Amino acid sequence: MTATADIRERRMRDIRPGRIIRWTILFIGGVLMVTPLLYMFSTSLKTPGQIYDLRLIPAAPTLANYVEVLSEGEFPRWFLNSSIVAIVVTASNLFFDSLVGYTLAKFRFRGRRLIFIAILSTLMIPTEMLVIPWYLMSAQFGWLDTYWGIMFPGMTTAFGTFLMKQFFETVPDDFLEAARIDGMNEFTIWWKIAMPLVTPALSALAIFTFLGNWTAFFWPLIVTTSKELYTLPIGLTSFAVEQAIRWEMIMTGAALATIPTLLVFLALQRYIVRGVMLAGLKG
Amino acid sequence: MATITLDKLTKRFGKTEVIHGIDLDVKDGEFVVFVGPSGCGKSTTLRMIAGLEEVSGGEIRIGGRVVNELDPKSRNIAMVFQNYAIYPHMTVRQNIGIGLYTSKLEKGEKARRVEEAARILGLDPYLDRRPAALSGGQRQRVAMGRAMVRDPVAFLFDEPLSNLDAQLRAQMRIEIKALHQRLGATIAYVTHDQVEAMTMADRIVVMRDGYILQQGRPMELYSNPVDVFTARFIGTPSMNVLPGRMEGGAPVAGAGGPILIGVRPQDLQVGRRAGEGGLTLSGPVTAVEPLGPETLVHFDVDGETVIGSAPGSEIPEVGSRIEAHAPDSVIHRFDAETEKALGPS
Repeated sequence: MTATADIRERRMRDIRPGRIIRWTILFIGGVLMVTPLLYMFSTSLKTPGQIYDLRLIPAAPTLANYVEVLSEGEFPRWFLNSSIVAIVVTASNLFFDSLVGYTLAKFRFRGRRLIFIAILSTLMIPTEMLVIPWYLMSAQFGWLDTYWGIMFPGMTTAFGTFLMKQFFETVPDDFLEAARIDGMNEFTIWWKIAMPLVTPALSALAIFTFLGNWTAFFWPLIVTTSKELYTLPIGLTSFAVEQAIRWEMIMTGAALATIPTLLVFLALQRYIVRGVMLAGLKG
Repeated sequence: MATITLDKLTKRFGKTEVIHGIDLDVKDGEFVVFVGPSGCGKSTTLRMIAGLEEVSGGEIRIGGRVVNELDPKSRNIAMVFQNYAIYPHMTVRQNIGIGLYTSKLEKGEKARRVEEAARILGLDPYLDRRPAALSGGQRQRVAMGRAMVRDPVAFLFDEPLSNLDAQLRAQMRIEIKALHQRLGATIAYVTHDQVEAMTMADRIVVMRDGYILQQGRPMELYSNPVDVFTARFIGTPSMNVLPGRMEGGAPVAGAGGPILIGVRPQDLQVGRRAGEGGLTLSGPVTAVEPLGPETLVHFDVDGETVIGSAPGSEIPEVGSRIEAHAPDSVIHRFDAETEKALGPS
């Protein structure tokens, strides 16, 4: 009895005004974030006639939309395109950004600071300014309406290089010097010693890059013309253009599109907090 | 194993010269300890021997071969770092085995060597653990294991015990010494701890400001320091050094004298009656440190704090006036201007 009373008393003491306000704000934030997602899933289970019935749980839920999206039209193709683009660009960023970041963090050579500042300064150029040069370049090299055309602007990024450089700077030089004495060459030291020590940064970079490319809209819209090369975000808009606005189809496609991002996030989420802390520097 | 020779070795960082043409011969199987205060150039010298720093002038020879231009890996030396430098993402077995990364030995032989090193260092129960699950001393042993499996011509140690607590440090000192005796290895060891130097070295090299001040057997340096710096650096507590002069063949402390008189606290016996010659000092007690077998007594002589020793059973009161005496045979004399030893009087 006494123990229960103690616990109750402690709980009462824990309920302070500051805490109540904090929890209320977090609850409202949570609801605002989750509601659109729930509506997306809800709408994907509705028939066209039920779309404007705003009940969260559909009166007669159906998987017909999923069957239609997956069996007809080009949704699977767009899904594949998005996967190819996101995976290749993510792998490329993990490789090149960490290689450049490592070099800038761990080697002393003339012009090192200048190169770093030059890379960093590209962060200040907005994408809108780059699109025209990218387009002209793609047209000149015959990259329009190709996978490479979609991917090349993002194969390495200044942000990724910066993130990796910051993390590699935390790796003690003694690790690398010990490996040098043990006979490893510089590439092996990077791959076998330095890379495993920055896994949190690699995971964060993987999540950011994958999400960024999976949801990319502006550049893929400009560089692709044929429907077979559409990525998911572009493909989904065609539901709106060609067949009036088929909300249930858009929502079904969007629901399916969230699956890979959720999987990537769940696999790497334990590392993201540290990554987000650094990403905050990007502004 | 091999000899290590430094011939007019010089190191410059930009325009600043930090090592000024030092010469040293480390014999085959010898345990040489570089000792000196921070910034004296001892670690830089070790890193040049390892090939981690470029040589600005002079030569380094390992086993008679000039290695100035060789990569660290081509010098066939092993190094143990201050923070162990064992890889957190690898097990103890992998960490020790990485020392054989480029070795052309067959797999079975590599595994045998790893297990043998682990057995010698008492690490066999931990072979499949990661470093995070090991204590500081065990981690240091893993770093030593990685160096051992290579069968290098020389071992380099860069302040390997400075991250350990006092008790573990004392234990590891004995283990490293035993390892040296077992392997007969040539060892160059850097530390700023003179106790490590005294207890482990076959030969101590005292460095200051990029110069070698003195080198020799530990007791040689303790008994016959060439200058005030070495005299105060070797031995704990530090040697008492007071200005003074010679009067009738006996040293007398006093400000403004032409010499510096040095006497080790252990040689300055509190309460002992003055005999013929020798040094007698007196003053009020400012602090006492009872250590058990002896008591260190701090007292004031003309504004300078002097440490003497008394038997463990005697603990003088702070504020009381005492007299201490040291026989002539243990007195060191230095030139007040150059601080160089003047030799026996």
